[in-house]
Formats: sequence, structure tokens, C-alpha cells
Amino acid sequence: MSSVAVQLNDIAKSFGPVKALAGLTLEIKEGELVALLGPSGCGKTTALRALAGLQDLDRGQILVGGKDITFQAANHRGMGMVFQAYSLFPHMSAQENVEYGLKLKAHKVSAEDRRKKSSELLELVGLSTHAGHYPHQMSGGQQQRVALARALAIEPKVLLLDEPLSALDAKVRIQLRDEIRRIQLEVGTTTLFVTHDQEEALGIADRVGVMRDGVLQQIAVPQELYDRPTSAFVAEFVGLTNPIRGTVSGSTVSILGSQIATLPGSVTSGEGTALVRPESIRVEADPSGSAKVVTSSFLGSVCRSIVDLADGTRITAQSASSQASVLRAGTSVRVTLDTPAVFVKSL
Amino acid sequence: MKRSLGQRIWRWSILLVVTSYLALPIVAMLDFSTKVGRSKRGLYAWKAIFSQPELVGGIVTSLELAAIVIALLLFLVVPTVVWVHLKLPRLRRPLELICLLPLAIPGIVLVVGVSKIYMWLSIHWTESPLTLSAVYAMLILPYTYRSLSAALFAVDVHTLAEAARTLGASTSRTLFQIVIPTIKAGVMSALVISIALVLGEYTISSLLNYKTFQVEINLIGQNDGTIAVAVSLASLIFVLLLLLLMPTAKRHGKALLDVDAE
Repeated sequence: MSSVAVQLNDIAKSFGPVKALAGLTLEIKEGELVALLGPSGCGKTTALRALAGLQDLDRGQILVGGKDITFQAANHRGMGMVFQAYSLFPHMSAQENVEYGLKLKAHKVSAEDRRKKSSELLELVGLSTHAGHYPHQMSGGQQQRVALARALAIEPKVLLLDEPLSALDAKVRIQLRDEIRRIQLEVGTTTLFVTHDQEEALGIADRVGVMRDGVLQQIAVPQELYDRPTSAFVAEFVGLTNPIRGTVSGSTVSILGSQIATLPGSVTSGEGTALVRPESIRVEADPSGSAKVVTSSFLGSVCRSIVDLADGTRITAQSASSQASVLRAGTSVRVTLDTPAVFVKSL
Repeated sequence: MKRSLGQRIWRWSILLVVTSYLALPIVAMLDFSTKVGRSKRGLYAWKAIFSQPELVGGIVTSLELAAIVIALLLFLVVPTVVWVHLKLPRLRRPLELICLLPLAIPGIVLVVGVSKIYMWLSIHWTESPLTLSAVYAMLILPYTYRSLSAALFAVDVHTLAEAARTLGASTSRTLFQIVIPTIKAGVMSALVISIALVLGEYTISSLLNYKTFQVEINLIGQNDGTIAVAVSLASLIFVLLLLLLMPTAKRHGKALLDVDAE
């Protein structure tokens, strides 16, 4: 992972009055998997389609391997793409689907090599026994795996994944997500993954970019994005947060009786709202405590409690699952913070 | 779940009534065309079909017209409808309206409209009945557009076309290797409808004075009704066979339902 494989320089696209992309700049390194995360309409799919050549741009430049491909047709770009909707050619078997790109002029190989490669790829995605099956004979997860094999068959410069898991049920989604990551690491293809599911993005990507209104808000490795958001939008969009009022003084904020460092980008003085993660809040049963547990849910690995503070603020805290039996509704508790830094937004 | 006896009787009764309604005229035609005199039976009318040179000429003309119309359908109508569906969705409504117009305009009005053109054609270029293919290509539009449009809406051809493009397919390859095979059922039903329409068309060819299959049947019918009915029945069977031979979406072997558990 060293040289830059993909560069999107200040790309912009409007659909009538709606600005889908408003000057997006993004770099993806060779072999890296970058996930673009954001709410519906933030421009992530438009960015991916622009990179694939399926969407014209109003402004900006796209470089792949240092070569300007901004005006190159989609069929000459050599991008492998997996779509949200099942996109296998219905009149072709799984093997024929995987081989299709290799029959075309751009990636043409001999029939023998084609067969060998398609068999290898179907093996890679765990569907070697389904080579002769047609799309209507396969489940959604199987179809998406074949679509992945088909996209990889042409040895794409960049693999583009447009919410490939969103049509699948939860269990298959997690399985396939892990498989996509395994295959991507094995093949080493530079990958752009678009999703609105933060767990998916954080779980699969080397770096995650959060988009809003056509621009990148922050791009960082998953843990940094989660622990050190640079804006209130990123803090609130990625993971859960509790808005708790506090007083900021310089680079610290006073909340729940603790002095906590503020993250860069926070307000620097006066009253503000600290955005605190549920797992950063420690709740301990204490008869003299001023807070009260409203409800507590055992979620297997963790226990999630809703707690009313003395000033009426309602927060969500997360603790070890063993606490579930202690933190019952109505229990008086003491609430403290266990985090090195928080983001504080203005009121 | 087992159906009750009453339900089964009801279903079979409906099937019987519909089958009788459709089959009776065919049986009557078969009966009439195999009659020789008042009481005898024979295949005289059927054997006579190919001994009528005018009739054979009419059949050949109509088949040639059908072939031209099929070519126009495959290389002009299908690509146009697909292109508008994929690339110019704003033109879908106007195109639909244009395609449905021949249905709203009576045949006689159409003839009045195109007769001047055909008069000019016959004087300055050719008197060949094959020029009728232009009018027929227009006549088939309402039916072919409907069946193509339904097939296009039934599948997400947009995504399939984009998938093919990203794999390196040119526009023509995308159209002929991906989109058209995907909507094959729609294209096939459009083809069968077109053939049936061309073989069965009488008004326009008769008024424009061209000797097509139906015009010849009518002329023969004025002299010998049994031959005319035999030919009509033969053409009906021909179109029915075409319908039966139409490939279905599940052409590729058995319809498996062996979706493995993930």
C-alpha cells in the first residue's frame, strides 16, 4: 500500500438544483479498500458511478494509476463493479457470467484460459459447484458472489462495490462482508466500497470516508473515525452518541463532574453539547447516586441501559453484560465518564 | 391442500367452455374443408392448395413481407424501444403514443393516407407488393411496443447494461448480447404477433390492390369455399405452431429450485 491508485480531484455533479457532488476530493492507495459512508443522497453512489464511467461530471478530474480517465468511456476503463441490484445476466450460467468480460476485446483471453480463470474465481468465492447454475437457480448471496467473481475476472484496476450487501438478509450480509474482505486481501485489488451501513464500512475498510452533501467530511482508519471525529456530523453519524451539556474552557469540557479533553474542531469556550459514546459512560449501582436507571437491556455481549440524570437528561450507557442483573429499572446509580476526549458542538 | 369436488368441477367446466368456444370454429373449418359434395369426405381442398399458382404466389408474398417486417422489427423497432428505455426515458411517453396511433386509426383511413404514396411508388419506382412492408411495420407497432415494453419493465435491464459496459462491452454488444437476449420472451411474442398480423392482413393490401395471402384466399373463396377455408385453417395452424415453439424464460433445462442454504 504505497502509491496512489485513484485520485478524484474536486469532482462535482448536479442533477437540476440538487448537488450530488460538490467538489469531492479523494485519494485511494494501491491495494487499499476505502469505504464511502453517508446518508442517502450524500453523493457516495454518484462518486462511485463517476469513477466507473457511468456518470458524467460537471467539473473535476479522475486519475487512475496517474492517467486521466475523466472522459474515458466506461467500457474502456477496466473497472470491475458489483451492483446493489442483482446484475447477473439471466440467460448465462454462473460460469458464462464470469467468463463474459474475458470474451470481450478489452480483456480477451483464449477459451482454455477463460475456463481456467472462471473456475478459479468460482472456487475463490466458494461456488465451484454452481458453475452451471443460472441466476434464477441461485440465492441472492450466491448471485452477489458470482457478480464479485465476474468483476474480478477482468483483473480490474479498481473494484467498485455499490452497496452489494444491502439486498441480503443480516446473516448472509455479515458472511459475505467478511468474504469480500478476505478475497480483496487475497487478490490485492484497490477497492472502493459504497455503503450506508456504518458497521459494514467500519468492519471491512482500511479507511472510511464519511460524506455529506456531496463532500467528504472526514476520511480516516475506522478506529480514528470512531474515536476522534472532526465534526459533529461524523460523531453523530458514526456510532451512537449522547448529547450532554457541558462548559468548555480552552481544550477541556466539564461534564458529569469530570474534566475531559475536547477533540479538534470542538467549540473552544462557553456552553456546548458534548457527544459521548455509550461505552464511554460508566454506570455503577450506588444508593446515594443521583441518577436512575429507566430500563436495561441484556444484548448478549453487552448490557445497554437508559439512565435519567439528576438534571433530567436521558442518556444511554453500555456496560458489561454481567451488569444486566444489577442495573435494573429504578436502581439509583452513579454516572462517570471513561474517555480520553470528546467532541463538543455548539448548543 | 386438496381442492373440493365442487371446485374441481367448476374449474373443469370453465376450461371446457373456453376450449369449446375456441375449438368449435376450428373443428367446423376442418369439417367444411374435408367435405366433398354433400356426403363424401376427402382431402381434395387440402391437396388443391399447392395446385393454385396465384395462392402459392400470395403465400410467398406474405411470407416475404413477414420476413421484411421481422427484419424491421429486430433491427429498427427493438433497438429503438430499448434505446429509449435505457437512454432517453423522457421520450418513453411520446414513443408509446406514436406506437399506439395505428391502433386508433381505422385501416381504411390509413389506406386513404398512404394511397398517394403507393401510387407515386408504383409509377416511379416499383409495383412490388413488398413495399407493403412499410405499412405493415407501422401496423405492428402497437402490439410489438407493448410486448417489448412489458419485457423491459420486467427486468432491470438498466443495471444489466451497465454491468456489461463496465466489463468492457461496446454499445452494440450490450444491446445484442445482453439486453435483447434478456428480453427474448418479449421479442419472440412481438415476432409471432407480427407474423400473425402480416399473414392475416386483408384490408390494406386489398384496397391498395396487392395480391397477398388473404387477398388470394378471398378470391379463391369466391370460386371454391372449401379451398379458401382449408388455406385459412392451415395458416391458423402455422401461427399456432409458432406460438407453441416460442422459447420460454426457462429454456435452459429444468426449473431448479435447489437454492442452497447460505
